[in-house]
Order: sequence, then structure tokens, then C-alpha cells
Amino acid sequence: MATAAGQPADERIRKVGLLRKLLNRPELGAVAGAILVFAFFAVVAGDQGFLSKTGTISYLEVSAQLGIIAIPVALLMISGEFDLSVGSMIGAAGILIAIPITEYGWPLWSALLFAFGVALLVGFANGYVVVRTGLPSFIVTLASLFILRGATIGFTRLITGRTQVSGLKGETEGSFLVPIFAGEIADIPVSTFWWIGLAALATWILMRTTFGNWIFGTGGNPVAARNVGVPVSRVKILLFMATAASATLLAAITVLDAGSADVLRGELREFQAIIAAVIGGVLLTGGYGSVIGPMFGALIFGMVSQGIFFTGVNTDWFQAFLGAMLLIAVLVNNFIRKKASEAH
Amino acid sequence: METAPSTPLIEVQNVSKYFGQVIALQDISMSVGAGEVMCLLGDNGAGKSTLIKILAGVHQHNEGRMFVEGEEVRFVSPRDALDRGIATVYQDLAMIPLMGISRNFFLGREPTKGVGPFKRYDVALADRVTHEELRRMGIEIRDPSQPVGTLSGGERQSVAIARAVYFGAKVLILDEPTSALGVKEAAVVLRYIAQAKERELAVIFITHNVHHAYPIGDRFTILNRGRSYGTFEKSEVSREEVVTMMAGGEEMDKLSAELEEFEQSDAEEARRSATGGADDSSLAQAFRKETDQLRDEEEPER
Repeated sequence: MATAAGQPADERIRKVGLLRKLLNRPELGAVAGAILVFAFFAVVAGDQGFLSKTGTISYLEVSAQLGIIAIPVALLMISGEFDLSVGSMIGAAGILIAIPITEYGWPLWSALLFAFGVALLVGFANGYVVVRTGLPSFIVTLASLFILRGATIGFTRLITGRTQVSGLKGETEGSFLVPIFAGEIADIPVSTFWWIGLAALATWILMRTTFGNWIFGTGGNPVAARNVGVPVSRVKILLFMATAASATLLAAITVLDAGSADVLRGELREFQAIIAAVIGGVLLTGGYGSVIGPMFGALIFGMVSQGIFFTGVNTDWFQAFLGAMLLIAVLVNNFIRKKASEAH
Repeated sequence: METAPSTPLIEVQNVSKYFGQVIALQDISMSVGAGEVMCLLGDNGAGKSTLIKILAGVHQHNEGRMFVEGEEVRFVSPRDALDRGIATVYQDLAMIPLMGISRNFFLGREPTKGVGPFKRYDVALADRVTHEELRRMGIEIRDPSQPVGTLSGGERQSVAIARAVYFGAKVLILDEPTSALGVKEAAVVLRYIAQAKERELAVIFITHNVHHAYPIGDRFTILNRGRSYGTFEKSEVSREEVVTMMAGGEEMDKLSAELEEFEQSDAEEARRSATGGADDSSLAQAFRKETDQLRDEEEPER
């Protein structure tokens, strides 16, 4: 059929297309929010260093550290599940990297492999229990949140007698792996590049691979997806493994950067990651969302937490502000989604 | 397609199904050939759903035999039925509202391009095929990536039908595809059924609305309380007879009142329209208009 310009049908494609496409983008709210937040702090705290190179780097680093875990958490949420154990996994993975090095003299690479291996197992266990029992992942991973944290504290004190493992700097000095996780490129911490790289990879997977289509289908309607041949259980288990692996990546970054591991590291990260995902337009019930959105969600988080510091306002207010942001984001997303999926 | 006319694509012989003490189906026989629309009619609780669930592999029959292309089969799962080319479009649509149309269309069977780690979902191909297949069905979509939730109920049904046809279904089972739709939307869906028929599919169309069934059906199998009244050629029965059999002689007072209404509206319709057949409802006319339009390759209705 001819599709020459000027035909009424074509006009309609273009007219409705742009507006609707924008409304259809789940990340719209987060991108707009990030611009607003940036503008706000640029005006209020621009003189106090928010706009300086140091200021920019500081909020980029905070954003990156959240964004690295928020991205797989968002994919998991799109597939319809939660992982509350990522925060504990960060602490556990940090200890799993540190103790073999300081106590048993392992080389860094083997300690990293060990930590990633355990994390993948934990992720698999989370996913397996969820898909086999059909229990809400909220409950299952709430349990593993406490199990992991408790076991980390218990084992660490058992082995080292303390809850902090330090002295890694000397042991890992000179390893080619340190700059990969804790280095800087042009004064910017590598975590920022990990964050952006992971976002690009995850976006590609979500939008341009078969697996990405399965993630949407799994979260949108698991029964319908299974009926057309999508391996729903496998999708979920793999994504649980991805969140645990991202927690380990963040643990490697922070442990090698600080030269020490703390059993309590990563506390509340699970909720911050969910907040970043939701601000980024990911639907709590699954089936809808993006990676770019949560990336900007993490950016908002970073800008607010550092921006407040630059304004000189007591940072005690940060959490209240974050909660309010979450509420606004959910309301906006709800409205946008209704508009986007409305029959017309 | 290449099947000899003597071999129906799908056939059941003396099938019975029991759920504990309940006799859901007793001694049902029917067959559908390529390019044929068989309407499975019956009131609520007549056993229509049970019968199609047997055909779709959801339930297994207790007695009787089932054949696909002349070969005796017994399905253990819906996958078995799908593998034999029997696609079922259920009333509670197998569509994911927040996903795009083309992503829904290809879910589970995504086209890919590239090799190794660069193997990727071929968005352009998926969008193009979806667009083409739906256009063949007469739906002009603005944007194949728009969420299915933005489509009307009739269009969603049509996408589900188009998907089944595209992925090589030989037998298309439609479970009440028109029951939740308005008159105009129902006409649209009926047009797609006619298209599936033209493509030499065997269509089993389940409904309790005889006005939807009569214009499109070649044959009618009427179920009542788990038993079959038999299968009738369209030439053998009038719509009124079908209605009477469906209701099984019950509630005849209400029914005769209803029949009078039909006759009245038919008479009016005949008066109003010079070309319309006197025995067809307004829906049948709407449907005929749709098909004519399509044949003339005009701009599809919107």
C-alpha cells in the first residue's frame, strides 16, 4: 500500500506519534525531575560548589554507587519481582572479598571470583525459592536480607573477632584489578563509568534482545507469557542472580576504594534502589519500565544528597525529601501510565 | 490446505468428559475442515468451554476419540495442541496490555538478527511484519510499538487472531471473541474470521450469540446441557430454529418474545435497505459492508 506523504492516515501517524511516544516513555518523569533538581541546586547552591568540578564528581559518584545496583533491581522489578537482599549482599560480598585476602592471603582476583560465585549462588537461591514456592519475593528476600546480614556479622566476628576488616590497601597494592574497580579516569571515579556502561548494556538487553522482551512479558502477565513459550522461571532466576552480582560489583568498588570492609555496608541500599527504580518510572507491579529511568532516578538521589550538603541545610532533612520525591514520582507515574495506556 | 476434502482437519467422535459426578459432555461428535467456519453454539453451561478445552489440550476427554488431519491424537498439554497447529484465542486475552503490539505479537517467538553476543531482537522486522499482518486483517495501526492497552477490545482480539494465523495455525479456536464487544467491533472481528476462512483455516467459533454466528458460520453444532443436538448445514436451519435448539425449549415465553423482536427488526431492516437480505440482522449487513470494502481495497475503516 502506498504511504506517500499527505495521505490522511500518514498525517495521523505523525501527529499522534510524537506526543504519545513521549508519554509512553517510562523515563520521562525521571529525566524531567533530574533537570528540575539540577536547576534547583544550581540556583540555590551553585555558588557554594554544587556546580564546581568537585561538586559534580561528588554527586556523580554517589549516583553511580546507587545506580549500579538500581539497574538490575529495575530489570527484576520489570519482571515482576523484588530483591530486598541486595543491601545485605553488598556487606556480605565486601567481607567475602576482604577476609580471604587479609586472613588467608588469597590474591585479589581469586577473592573477587569467590565473592561473585557466592553472590550468584545467593541470587540463584533467592530466585529458585521464589519461582518454586510462588511466595511473594518481597517476603522471600526480606528473609534473605536478615539471613545474609546476620550470617555476615556472625562469620566475620567468628573469624576476625571484629566487624570490620581493614588493611586491604597493602595487600592489594599493585594489582591490575584495583584501578578497574577503584581507579579514576580524568579525576572521575571509575564507578561512574561502570554505572553508565551497565545502563547501556541493560538498555540494550531490555530493548534489543529476546531476553528483554521476555522480561517485559514475564512481568506483564506471567501466565500469558508462559503460554507462548517464555521460560518465565529462568528469566526471574537470572535476574535475581544479576542483582546479587551487581551488589558484589558495588562491594568490590567500595572495598577496594576504602581498603576495608564493614559488615554493615549497604544498609538501606535495597530501598534506595527501589526508590531510584520507581522514580525512574518502573511499575511496582512489573511489566513496565526502562533502564534510563532508574539511571536518572539514581542521579536525582545523588544530586539531592550532595546538593543538600552544599546548600548548608542540615542533611537530616535528606530522608524526608527522598520520601516526598518517591511519593511524587509514584503519583506522576501512575498518571502518565494511565494516559499512555488509555484506549482512545 | 493440501488435505483432501474428505479428511477434516479436526474431528471428535463420541467424546465424553466427566468432572467427578458431573457429566460435562456426553457423546459429542463434530468435525471441521479447511476453509470452514464451524459455530459451536449453546447457552451458558452447555459444555462449549469444556469441549474447546479438550480440543486445546487443557482437558483430556474420558471417552471417545479425537483426530487431527485423520490421525488419532490425545493431547496432554496446550503445547501439544499448539504443535499440531491448533491455536486457541481465549476470551481473557493472551495479550499483555502494557507491552507494545509487535512485542506482544512476537512474544516467545522473537525474530533475531546477528550472531553470538550480538544476536539481537529484530525490532524493524517485528514491527514490519506486525504492521503487514494486521493490515492484511484490515487493521491500520499507527505505531506497532504502541501498547496493546491502547487498542479496542475488537482490535486486541484481531491481533491475537492475526498472531495465531501468522504462526501457522491450521485450526483456529475462538472462545467467545465477540461476547464483550459492541455491534460494530463484533463486525470487525467477524470480518477477520472470514479472512481466516479465506486462508483455508478451519475455524471453530464459540459463541452464545446466534446473531454473530449465523452470518459467518458454514455449519452449526448446537450443545445443550452437555449433549449435542447435532451439526447442521446453514441451508438446513433458520436462525430461529437455532435459537430454539440452543435454549432447549426452556423459557419459551421469553424466547418467543425475543423472536418477535428479531422478526420486527428484520422486517424494518428489509424495508430500509434495498440490497440487504430479509433474513439478516443489521450486524450481518455491517459485516457484509466490511468485507465488500476490503475486497475493493479501499481505505480500511477507522
